[in-house]
Amino acid sequence: MSWNSSLGRIARRLAGKLAAIAALVLLGGLLSATLVRMAPGFDSDERELDPSLSAESVRALQQSHAGEHNVLSFYLHYLRGAIHGDLGTSHALGQPVQNLLRERWRVTVRIVGVGLLLAWMLALSLAFSICLWRRPAFEVFGIIISGAFLCIPAAVLALFSVVLDAPGYLAIALIVFPKIYRYSRNLLLKAYGLPHITAARARGLSEVRILAWHVLPVAGPQMIALAGITVSVALGASIPVEALCGLPGIGQLAWQAALSRDLPLLVNLTVLVTLVTLLANSGADVMIHMLRPREEA
Amino acid sequence: MNAARKLSCIVVLAVCALSLAANWLSPAGYAKQFREAPNAPASRQHLLGTDDVGRDRFARVLYGTRISLLLAPAAALVSTGLAALVGGLAGYLGGIWLRMARAFTDLFLSLPWLFLLITVRALMPLNVSPLVSVLITFFILGLLGWAASARVLSTSADNLRNCDFVLQARASGLHGPRLFLIHVLPNLKPVLYAQFWISIPVFILAEANLGILGLGVAEPLPSWGSLLRELEGLISFREQPWRLAPLILLIVVMTSFQLLLSDEEVAA
Repeated sequence: MSWNSSLGRIARRLAGKLAAIAALVLLGGLLSATLVRMAPGFDSDERELDPSLSAESVRALQQSHAGEHNVLSFYLHYLRGAIHGDLGTSHALGQPVQNLLRERWRVTVRIVGVGLLLAWMLALSLAFSICLWRRPAFEVFGIIISGAFLCIPAAVLALFSVVLDAPGYLAIALIVFPKIYRYSRNLLLKAYGLPHITAARARGLSEVRILAWHVLPVAGPQMIALAGITVSVALGASIPVEALCGLPGIGQLAWQAALSRDLPLLVNLTVLVTLVTLLANSGADVMIHMLRPREEA
Repeated sequence: MNAARKLSCIVVLAVCALSLAANWLSPAGYAKQFREAPNAPASRQHLLGTDDVGRDRFARVLYGTRISLLLAPAAALVSTGLAALVGGLAGYLGGIWLRMARAFTDLFLSLPWLFLLITVRALMPLNVSPLVSVLITFFILGLLGWAASARVLSTSADNLRNCDFVLQARASGLHGPRLFLIHVLPNLKPVLYAQFWISIPVFILAEANLGILGLGVAEPLPSWGSLLRELEGLISFREQPWRLAPLILLIVVMTSFQLLLSDEEVAA
């Protein structure tokens, strides 16, 4: 009975989250479409300046953009196409957007995934070392190393990875690491400072038992929430890393679209990135919710 | 104030003073080309050498520091003002306004910061005069950097809404904008100051990232971002170490800002 009710609660929460994601993605898409429509130079097409084109051809070109003048009709047209799998054509690269995304998503998923894994491993090992052994040397090392990486722009870390011939995912790991380390260290220190953990230590419980049964249930939910946020940070970091390391992923595509003012491609990328980050954050939220009933039980 | 914070304060002030004295320390200016000495090593004439087109790197670092250190606080002022307007008002009004503002800030915060920046920067004209590019870059930073501060401010204003002194003021007949401006806004000052100081290093880093990606301040005007772009041609760290000078200066200033911000301010 209680299992069914908790399952129902999770299903309701999941449905609510999915509805909220759909609404936010639609809103994000409309917002970016409006910005694109309002951008200076939206109406102009460089091909219209080609002296070899006849007046009729220029008129035809202008008419091809006629449907894009009204923001709402432009957005509805885009949505209708998106439902049928047509995300439009990139102005700068002259290729269908879905083809560009299909070619590049694997690179981004790989470097963001491996980078995140490395960042979490580095950050958690350092944070746990500080909390378990409480040596000032570890603390100072943590402050210096995380402080240093927080002060260096992501693009400089990407450039350094090129100079040192290091893989791109390492640059992503070093960009995300200080944020995870500082937050998780504070969470763990706060959890380890709780009176019931001091009491557990006094009764001779092993550190592994204390960690598994008393620290993780306290700090775990916030760490899961942090995991959702780090996906967004890593996706942001993928732009300079892919652009400067020459990795053909979504980040490099976004950079190329920005440099060439490829506005239709930018709308698609905005919607895609919004969707991914919202899914990551909502996934983390649902996971926290799934863990809660067991704690209460 | 502890020793580390005092030292950080001195460092930031010294760097600001040096950048303001750029006209006297380097009278040749940031755009003057020494055509006979492109890519020159560090010397008495050019303390940090020259760049690819023969411009004095020391002069460019000084002028670039001036631009980054003056305009990042200006952008922080814009973003904090916007955050006070959106977050402060939503928290003060409560109810549906607060929920709507939070949904909007969540949407903003869910997008990766750098992604949002390059998208909006791309919507602005790229072929503009250097001065306009500086203004566009920092204005965008200010315009897009409000969401995190607004979230904090909406919570603080929401807490203040039900405070005894606000309830008493309301009972005494004070309503609307007057109540907000006289009683709520002054009590949000500590949070506003904290958010302002936190935003400055964030904007300095963001401008540096935009500059390296070629979406920041246009040539020949220098900024930390455009100066760091020079690192793109770096083959090894031992070769021409003076090219790392802008990066070292940036790290020193950023570390000073980190030390200046106390844990309480960051938590606020």
